[in-house]
Amino acid sequence: MEDNKDFINKNYIEYVKGVSPKTNQKRTLLHAFWVGGVICSIGQTFRYLLQFGFNLSGDELSGYVSMIMIFLGAFLTGLGIYDRIGKYAGGGSIVPITGFANSVVSPAIEFKTEGFIYGTAAKMFVIAGPIIVFGIVSSVIVGLLYFIGFRIF
Amino acid sequence: MSEIVLMYVKVFLVGGAICTIAQLLINYTKITAGKILVYFLLAGVFLRSIGLYQYLVDFAGAGATVPICGFGNLLAEGAIKGAKKSLFEGITGGICAAGMGIAAAIVFGYLFSLIFKSKSKKN
Repeated sequence: MEDNKDFINKNYIEYVKGVSPKTNQKRTLLHAFWVGGVICSIGQTFRYLLQFGFNLSGDELSGYVSMIMIFLGAFLTGLGIYDRIGKYAGGGSIVPITGFANSVVSPAIEFKTEGFIYGTAAKMFVIAGPIIVFGIVSSVIVGLLYFIGFRIF
Repeated sequence: MSEIVLMYVKVFLVGGAICTIAQLLINYTKITAGKILVYFLLAGVFLRSIGLYQYLVDFAGAGATVPICGFGNLLAEGAIKGAKKSLFEGITGGICAAGMGIAAAIVFGYLFSLIFKSKSKKN
């Protein structure tokens, strides 16, 4: 009985492998590279605009650039365009900060039917939650270690 | 002018390279997209806290700040700057520096999820 189950499982896995479309792995790398590069170049354009147009620098500059990129990522996700970019670019659309915005908006829209509190507001953090948790925990650890370091040395 | 063109080349190459590393992880390991975001964020925090990431930011601008590791860099930088002043600011510094990103993600995220409807049903 057990052997039979294993046999069926193996057959099934082979069947799935045969049927599922083969993605060209080298091509996906190229897609990720150029889409990621373009998204970062758009970010650089806003960096220049704010730097020379509004004389911003340092934290303020990177803060506002992140805000604009997150706005664009969230807006394009709402229109359904960002998910299409994601299918083409994979890592090229996930890693930029626009992908972070996408990971917030996408489940929020998906679970809208479950209500505005436990649907939208809760599901916003399905992917973004771990990022915020690990980000804040690690930054507090860095802050504490550096505080101790600055006092000793 | 040529300086700006050169900067765009660096932004494109560095930003593209970071995304390609993520795609390599997707292709050759079973790491999911959400985990990749966490790992890249922690990589940014780590590289800034050992004092390396700011060189990448100086070199490639948005090529280093737009990927999620740039967000980690921002968190660590805020924490380090705060730790120079006091214990309190060492703890709050990272959250303050990342505040704009988190606020933008939550506000725009909630706003657009109220405005737009799910697209997946049409497919």
